[in-house]
Amino acid sequence: MPNILCRCWSARAVGGLAVAFSVFAGAAQAAPKPDVAHFTLDNGLEVVVIPDRRAPVVTHMVWYKVGAADETPGKSGLAHFLEHLMFKGTAKNPAPLFSQTVAFVGGQENAFTTQDYTGYFQRVSRENLKMLMEFESDRMTGLVLNDQAVVPELKVVLEEYNQRVANNPRARLGEQIDAALYLNHPYGRPVIGWRHEIEKLTRDDALAFYRRFYTPANAVLVVAGDVTADAVRTMAEQTYGKVANVAKIGPRHRPQEPPSVAVRHVTLADPRVQQPTLQREYLVPSSTTAKPGEGEALEVLSFILGRSNTGRLHNALVVERGLAVSAGGWYRGTALDSAQFGIIATPKPAVTLPKLEDAVDAVIADLVAKGVTPDEVERAKSRMIADAIYAQDSQATMARWYGMALTTGSTVEKVLNWPDRIRAVTADAVNAAAKTWLEKRRSVTGYLITDTRREDKRT
Amino acid sequence: MTFRLRNFVAATIAVIGATIMTQPATATTIERVVSPGGIEAWLVHEPSLPLVAMSFAFLGGAAEDPAEKPGVGYMVASLLDEGAGELDSKAFQRRLDDTATELRFSVTQDYFYGSIRMLSEQRDQSFDLLRLALNHPRFDADAIARIREEVMSGLRRETTDPGSIASQTWWRTAFPHHPYGQPNNGTLASVPTIGLTDLQTYTGRMLARSNLKVAAVGDIDAATLGQTLDRVFGELPAEAKPTTIRDRTLQGGGKRVVVSLNVPQSVVRMGGAGVPRKDPDFMAAYIVNHILGGGSFTSRLYGEVREKRGLVYGVSSYLLTLRHSALFMVSTQASNEHTREAVDLIEAAIRRMADEGPTEAELSKAKAYLKGAYVLNLDTSGKIASVLLQNQLDDLGIDYIDRRQRMIDAVTVDDARRAAKRLGAGGLLTTVVGEPKDLASREPGP
Repeated sequence: MPNILCRCWSARAVGGLAVAFSVFAGAAQAAPKPDVAHFTLDNGLEVVVIPDRRAPVVTHMVWYKVGAADETPGKSGLAHFLEHLMFKGTAKNPAPLFSQTVAFVGGQENAFTTQDYTGYFQRVSRENLKMLMEFESDRMTGLVLNDQAVVPELKVVLEEYNQRVANNPRARLGEQIDAALYLNHPYGRPVIGWRHEIEKLTRDDALAFYRRFYTPANAVLVVAGDVTADAVRTMAEQTYGKVANVAKIGPRHRPQEPPSVAVRHVTLADPRVQQPTLQREYLVPSSTTAKPGEGEALEVLSFILGRSNTGRLHNALVVERGLAVSAGGWYRGTALDSAQFGIIATPKPAVTLPKLEDAVDAVIADLVAKGVTPDEVERAKSRMIADAIYAQDSQATMARWYGMALTTGSTVEKVLNWPDRIRAVTADAVNAAAKTWLEKRRSVTGYLITDTRREDKRT
Repeated sequence: MTFRLRNFVAATIAVIGATIMTQPATATTIERVVSPGGIEAWLVHEPSLPLVAMSFAFLGGAAEDPAEKPGVGYMVASLLDEGAGELDSKAFQRRLDDTATELRFSVTQDYFYGSIRMLSEQRDQSFDLLRLALNHPRFDADAIARIREEVMSGLRRETTDPGSIASQTWWRTAFPHHPYGQPNNGTLASVPTIGLTDLQTYTGRMLARSNLKVAAVGDIDAATLGQTLDRVFGELPAEAKPTTIRDRTLQGGGKRVVVSLNVPQSVVRMGGAGVPRKDPDFMAAYIVNHILGGGSFTSRLYGEVREKRGLVYGVSSYLLTLRHSALFMVSTQASNEHTREAVDLIEAAIRRMADEGPTEAELSKAKAYLKGAYVLNLDTSGKIASVLLQNQLDDLGIDYIDRRQRMIDAVTVDDARRAAKRLGAGGLLTTVVGEPKDLASREPGP
């Protein structure tokens, strides 16, 4: 289930980005709110500055409001392929000058692609910020591609596919669940693409996509770290501000989902599976598409139901009934269109997946029937809001939150007010969210097993 | 004793149109704090955010597992937060959440690590949970059974995971009859036999004050930290009781082990001799490794195997300095069809580096990177605490961050050439898991 792909899969990059999913938070409770500046340059480029003066380091990120869900059908994987090709140089700065220069100053760099956004970032000591802005603004519209660079990179992407998906049965199950969950919306396609379509991607495809979506008015610059908003504004005007728009960006309308009417199951069998797994996803609103308060209620619900070690699923399935080795859940609410509420459980050796699924259903039925307690809600909220303080300890985390928000239809204000919005969630709102959205007909349940002929068939 | 970290380097270098400053600078002060009870910690007092991060480690780790029962330390690490004092597992986990305490334990071959992060307003409660976990773990029977199932589930998954098989095969072959040859998380045979007595024995032997190192960062001053150290760690036994673990050079240099597994992409692990952390050539070797396969998009391996030919998504090398062995490691994954070519290219790149060493230009670029990049490890409380802890474990001295820049600058091309010859000297042990074309197991050549 590779929801975020990186140019280079280091543990650091993936670990760090994964954190951003666990909770979508903003300013702190007891700590002073971060002094976030937000403005737009004349060419339409949005800029967010998050000062953190504790270390002489800056995180510089450019986010484009384009992702895999914006691809033309038949060209799956194109957004991600282009992300790789963005390192192939421009007329002014031929490759590998940008990467070499970042390395020369001791900087780190990487890039990532999801369904809704594509991002490029570097972390450097503060003196080098302007230099990064020169390079990054140049490749906003100046990319040059030749087949000498493109052909080997397509092979790299196919190896990335092998590494993340083909070699990994759990990732393959995740792809099948997503594909079954979305009947019409492109979120059903994997970000990395279907292999038969990745293989056919070309230089011309990449350039066409680039010219359609990569332009200042479709991007967000986020700078966090040892800087002031004024200094960033001046440097941004001198660099990004000089880039003319080359594309006209329309509203992001993707095909939307019809009502969910059928309970769906998918089973993926692989002889290498030695530990079966059950995974379920419900189609639910994102924080962008939800009614006021509803996304926040889903966040609290996912904490109460799914938190590892303390959630209801863990307590019921792992501790009390002894059916599962682990059980938990998540709400991935940061999306331009719909979102997923997920559950994952690993059975003990003698427990069949249908039996485990019945137990999951019983936990949800009990929650819907009896509701959550006000005490549970208060505990969950208090713990969740603490994450907004912890987030301020990391400029990279702060930068990611704002970048994700602004490329998925949210706002700076919503991020800043996240603790207040969570604080306002009531037990009634959580119960309403559970009743409305955790309906089985809105879901796909996936089984990961060894052999379809002999085990865990649902009768 | 107080050391200032400031302007390690100030250099201005012009690179094709862009002005680049290499001038990492922090105003951070590292204090050595010794508690009234004699427990030492390194502290960075940084009160601008209302939180505290602490990292600590006990020397020992998985290497101190009983020879016939690998996985004991790993089980202890998984169980310390599963009930302590009057609090059973559920109550303890709930208390962690209610106080917004983040508490983690883990083991590596050499160390039993812990880390904790807390809000200032919950500081006493959070540290008290740590005190309970370290000094009064309950090891309730139901918690042991549950964690054992969890570990077994992970081990079952690993039996068909190419990366896990490649690593385990590598370590088993490189370190036979040595603790490093055993998996940290145990085996399907050992874990079911691990019981209460094993856990208590390990805890009593290895969680002590004599083998403890601590680093703290954030909203806590030296006096408060001193009292806290005594409260949290003061009840531990004074002396750890480690076994004698022998220093060991790896076995199987030049050997290749291919394990057949039906996957489209082979996983490759290679490793050979490295350079010990305290060796005069360590810094030179560290720089050479960066040039060869270190973690940026500019290494030789990245260029040869990925950029030019597109054979792999990732390829990297690193120095692994264990307490009883020094290693140089390479890892990659390539489609079965191209595994042979990738392995050949990696071997050739290592040979070339050993024969010729790096160029002057490569050396100066690598030095600039390594000096500049260090400060990126010092931008969150948790990362600073980890660095300060590791510097203590490596016995580098509290002024190391200051000295490090000079040590990098002092490395000459001759030093680098000498160190380059040591990386993988005696041959690499290679393990490959998959169905690689034209690549078979082999014994070391003549």
